[in-house]
Amino acid sequence: MKNVNVNTVDMVNIKINGIACRAPAGSTILDAAHSAGIAIPTLCYLKELNSIGACRMCVVEVKGVKNLVASCVYPIAEGMEIWTNTERVQSSRRTNLKLILSIHNQTCLTCNRSGVCELQRLCREYGVDNQMAFEGEKIDYQPDESAVHMVRDNSKCIMCRRCEAVCSLAQGVSCIGSSGRGFATHIGPSFDAPLNTTQCIHCGQCIIACPTGALYEKDNTSEVWNAINSPDKYVIVQTAPSVRAGLGEMFSLPLGTNVEGKMVAALRRMGFDGVFDTDFAADLTIMEEASEFLRRVQDGGSLPLITSCCPGWVKFCETFFPDFIPNLSTCKSPQQMFGAMAKTYYAQKLGIDPQKLFVVSVMPCTAKKFEITREDECGAGAGIPDVDVALTTRELGAMIRRAGLLFEELPEEEFDSALGIATGAGHIFGASGGVMEAALRTAAELLTGKELKSVEFTEVRGAHGIKEATYEIAGREIRVCALSGTQNARRVLEDIRSGKRRYDFIEIMACPGGCVNGGGQPLQPSVVRNFRSVSAVRARALYQEDSNMPLRKSHLNPLIREVYQSFLEKPGSETAHHLLHTTYVNRSGQP
Amino acid sequence: MKKTSVPIYGTKEQTQALLDWLEENREMPGVALPALQKAQEIYGYVPREVQQIIADFLNKPLTEIYGVATFYSQFNLEPKGRNRISVCLGTACYIKGSNRIYQLLQEKLGVEDGGCTADGRFSLDACRCLGCCGMAPVMMVNDDVYGNLTGEELDAILAKYQ
Repeated sequence: MKNVNVNTVDMVNIKINGIACRAPAGSTILDAAHSAGIAIPTLCYLKELNSIGACRMCVVEVKGVKNLVASCVYPIAEGMEIWTNTERVQSSRRTNLKLILSIHNQTCLTCNRSGVCELQRLCREYGVDNQMAFEGEKIDYQPDESAVHMVRDNSKCIMCRRCEAVCSLAQGVSCIGSSGRGFATHIGPSFDAPLNTTQCIHCGQCIIACPTGALYEKDNTSEVWNAINSPDKYVIVQTAPSVRAGLGEMFSLPLGTNVEGKMVAALRRMGFDGVFDTDFAADLTIMEEASEFLRRVQDGGSLPLITSCCPGWVKFCETFFPDFIPNLSTCKSPQQMFGAMAKTYYAQKLGIDPQKLFVVSVMPCTAKKFEITREDECGAGAGIPDVDVALTTRELGAMIRRAGLLFEELPEEEFDSALGIATGAGHIFGASGGVMEAALRTAAELLTGKELKSVEFTEVRGAHGIKEATYEIAGREIRVCALSGTQNARRVLEDIRSGKRRYDFIEIMACPGGCVNGGGQPLQPSVVRNFRSVSAVRARALYQEDSNMPLRKSHLNPLIREVYQSFLEKPGSETAHHLLHTTYVNRSGQP
Repeated sequence: MKKTSVPIYGTKEQTQALLDWLEENREMPGVALPALQKAQEIYGYVPREVQQIIADFLNKPLTEIYGVATFYSQFNLEPKGRNRISVCLGTACYIKGSNRIYQLLQEKLGVEDGGCTADGRFSLDACRCLGCCGMAPVMMVNDDVYGNLTGEELDAILAKYQ
């Protein structure tokens, strides 16, 4: 990517609200106004994904144009004079908000989005307080609660189509779309099938794209409170790397603040008996995956090896590209590895019955709620799931509030050491390219037996959808690719099928930008998402933490060494295979 | 959405005809709409299975095909029976009680509005004004018009059609 030099782009002169400014030719009024420090409200617009000019919230007046124009799609031109906030504009926005409310299920008091709802915020800003300015027919939509990870409630839907755009354009899944016509138009799976019978990959990108309470994660917090309050349960919690990079946003901390210490303190005060870092299991994943990669390279196994940490991507592969199942790493994800180790190694160490050990995970992800229900994810024995409950970052935020903790005032504490020691390699798992980089650090040293001069594989970093690099390791060329967003996976895998691309190792994360931008992360309204790369800012927190670590390679983690010495023997051993590896299902027959 | 339990009654020849048309026209811009029209011409309606054939062939998601099929009222997602019954719910007929006739037929046939009996014998739709308001309430079975309905004659009328 070249930096765009403002001097080489044609600039045009315009006036916004009477103030002269310059902006690149071809940009929209919305973007030009933003760079001039003027916010225009939007509901349906999502940068690069949804520019349909449908919600009419972003309308503005343009001199010489009779009607109001939608600024999200209207390009600027030399000499254009624009007014973004006249009485006529405001009155139009107010009318549209009232019309939306007339068919909206206004249960704001109990709505999951209350306080972070874009519609609610605009109604307040525009003084729309008459809930039923236009009374008329309503369609009685019932929420679809069939899926294990989320609820769809069309009674809160405003037909902005952001979810539909994300599902098809960013994710290449298209399990939901709009159907019907006019008043009866609604979003849903084809033939209004329940979501759990569709090709949904559970990524939750639709949830973080939704401006209202129409889409939200399944709330599993009460199961966790019950376990904590139950005297015969030993309840431990693990948190994924990205959670610490996002959680602070729920407590008004700036985007990209790493809140690891306060998060640990909060979890301990909520009553967990052990507070651990999934990053320990990420280091374990790297040991197993790097060894699997070396084995496949040396013994001529299926290449490219494709990472399997992301349950959204795994379901995508099983559903749309079952011919690549042999390429998927057999490694369980870090979440599941952690659970399997907790209910065997750690339970033995504590001397407690694994049935009494209750493992909670906090993930930036909704697909993790599906992953814990997968078959072949019970390392400690049939009927003992590796992980009992998977919470999202948002659910953890809600629990911290419920617990009455003043998050900002909490001290910084450290993870419990029993399963809580991790390296920098584990931390960067949360960003697209991070798993690849962590694996390369270990694979390179295992292959050459020599210490790496530089541990940073910067070519695979960054928020671009598809990143490629070639590294020479022990005299062999290793072609790698790190990609995020399953639509990009579709492109790359189709190219591999047709022979246009060739790789040895691919990292795939379903969510654009990786787990830092996961479907379970705190919500950022479109006014932020359209002008800042949320995933890049959050990822910076993780790379920062990595660069400050004394240990940055998984195989140097002392806890990992201990675990292999006393319990697992070596990567790929029989015990390791039983506990840390899994199997996949061809789901291509699913509608 | 579930209105009938009729399995798709398509033949191999019908499917082949649709595939041949798709093969010939795959490059046509906006091909989903004409493909659905062709499919309806071939099968008489466009059930899920037929939409899936189109989606698979064009390598498009089913949600997109379904979105088009439900946007235009010309498409039937439900099969039509060998005998098509239309009951007028226009103003004159409605005042004369055609809604009750429509309800009675739904009960007798065991189908909903727009549905088709499991044996494929009858399908039932509502329509607007058949142009003989003097005979209200009115219904049509295929090309035959029946007026001044009371409800008592319905069994005898249905018995005429196999």
